[in-house]
Amino acid sequence: MSTEQAGRSIRCLVAKVGLDGHDRGAHVIARAFRDAGFEVIYSGLHKAPEEIVQAAVQEDVDVLGISILSGAHNTLVPKVMDGLEEYGAAEDTLVLVGGVIPEEDREGLADEGVSAIFGPGTSIEETIEFVRENAPER
Amino acid sequence: MSDEHADGNAAPEDRLPDGGETAHEPSLVDRLLAGEHRALARTISTIENRQPGYRELVSDLYDHTGTADVIGVTGSPGAGKSTLVDKLAETYRERGETVGIIAIDPSSPFTGGAVLGDRIRMASTIGDMDVFVRSMSARGTLGGLSTATTDAVTAMDAFGKDKIIIETVGAGQNEIDIVRTADTVAVLVPPGSGDSVQTLKAGILEIADVFVVNKADRDGADRTVQELMEMIELGDGPRFGASAGHHGPGATHNGDAENETQGDHEETDGAGTPASWQPPIVETIATDGDGIDALLDAFADHRQYLTESGELAARSHRRHAEEIRTLLREDVHELLETELERHGGVDGLAEAVQRGETDPYTIASDVLAPVEDCLAELDATVE
Repeated sequence: MSTEQAGRSIRCLVAKVGLDGHDRGAHVIARAFRDAGFEVIYSGLHKAPEEIVQAAVQEDVDVLGISILSGAHNTLVPKVMDGLEEYGAAEDTLVLVGGVIPEEDREGLADEGVSAIFGPGTSIEETIEFVRENAPER
Repeated sequence: MSDEHADGNAAPEDRLPDGGETAHEPSLVDRLLAGEHRALARTISTIENRQPGYRELVSDLYDHTGTADVIGVTGSPGAGKSTLVDKLAETYRERGETVGIIAIDPSSPFTGGAVLGDRIRMASTIGDMDVFVRSMSARGTLGGLSTATTDAVTAMDAFGKDKIIIETVGAGQNEIDIVRTADTVAVLVPPGSGDSVQTLKAGILEIADVFVVNKADRDGADRTVQELMEMIELGDGPRFGASAGHHGPGATHNGDAENETQGDHEETDGAGTPASWQPPIVETIATDGDGIDALLDAFADHRQYLTESGELAARSHRRHAEEIRTLLREDVHELLETELERHGGVDGLAEAVQRGETDPYTIASDVLAPVEDCLAELDATVE
């Protein structure tokens, strides 16, 4: 619904965290989100969790999509979540994780506050639909 | 749900209409003034989205503004604006000043979506929350973006930022309007853009207070400087004669801008008649940070000129006038949208034109007729 409001458009930060140079997926998502009418801010590669937090807070994004293919998600995601918490942004930011996340880690990330995890094989439409339905009403 | 009660102050409060805040918590304005980053971010969102209550919000902020220097940076895509802005921010921070950056990128005219990529280039000040970078997309229509930009500047000013930098691609009237909200406008001209200098002549070059030839280590930088100099001097005909003494060709603007632009304008100021401003040309290599100090000096000189010549006051006067006009235009626009709906919506009308039943001009006067009638009636009563 929120997209229907005058002037309102969903803002997303697509972020690459840590020592992970694989950004094809992030680019595809950024492009698809743009075509879906979202405003996408792309972080660029090799960002530290603090940088992601700074960007998410200052840009006041509705959605933070973190792409991690390095396997360091259990370290990096909590850092990002703590940072968001510190600035009072954790509650109303929809946090998504994309990449290769083993089944046994998913629950832990969900407990951290990640709303959804999109692994390999997820369709773009599914992701966009999820964002549309779950982007926080503000 | 923030309480939507009778209290007039409720409107500007956080997160309308679905906030999760309660009325007794400090208002968004108070939190912004207290220096809460999240509140500034949310304020700008509210402004961008034109959420209910945003006008009250901005007018509350107005009381707290007037301290920031506003600098506009514009130039063609790839000229190095973001990198330069990043270095400017870094240097300002070294000098102990806080910085707000508004980076504007185009949005798709089809989906309204946008990829805002300026932030990637701004890595020097990462982790420093006293540099507040905000990306905005050109989603507004009819000057809407320049209003949103002005309001966002107001918010950052009220927040207490010392320097506010607006960065935008210099293409089209919309962008020119935006950048004109700045006190000082820097136009980036990359080397080898001889042809585009020609095409730009009648547009963006006219709004420059300072020219920056970025990527000055590239081939053709000298030539670009030369071309700009010629253009400035040509356009400056009558005034140029008066100060020919120290504006001899080659004597001032080219080469090591670090020292020379500065010296030039101090001289002008020293003469006691800062009558006209001749845009200096500063060469920079943003990736290395070369020439940044000279550029900041040029900004400072321009600031001094603005203050001494009274131009600063004149500019803000013009800006306020423009703001009033734009706001009114938006209001009227909204009124007309409602009128359009009453006539069956723009799609139906467009369809009618398509079928050859009518034409856009007839429709426009039909839609406008009741509004004009109202105004005529009002005139009659006044008389």
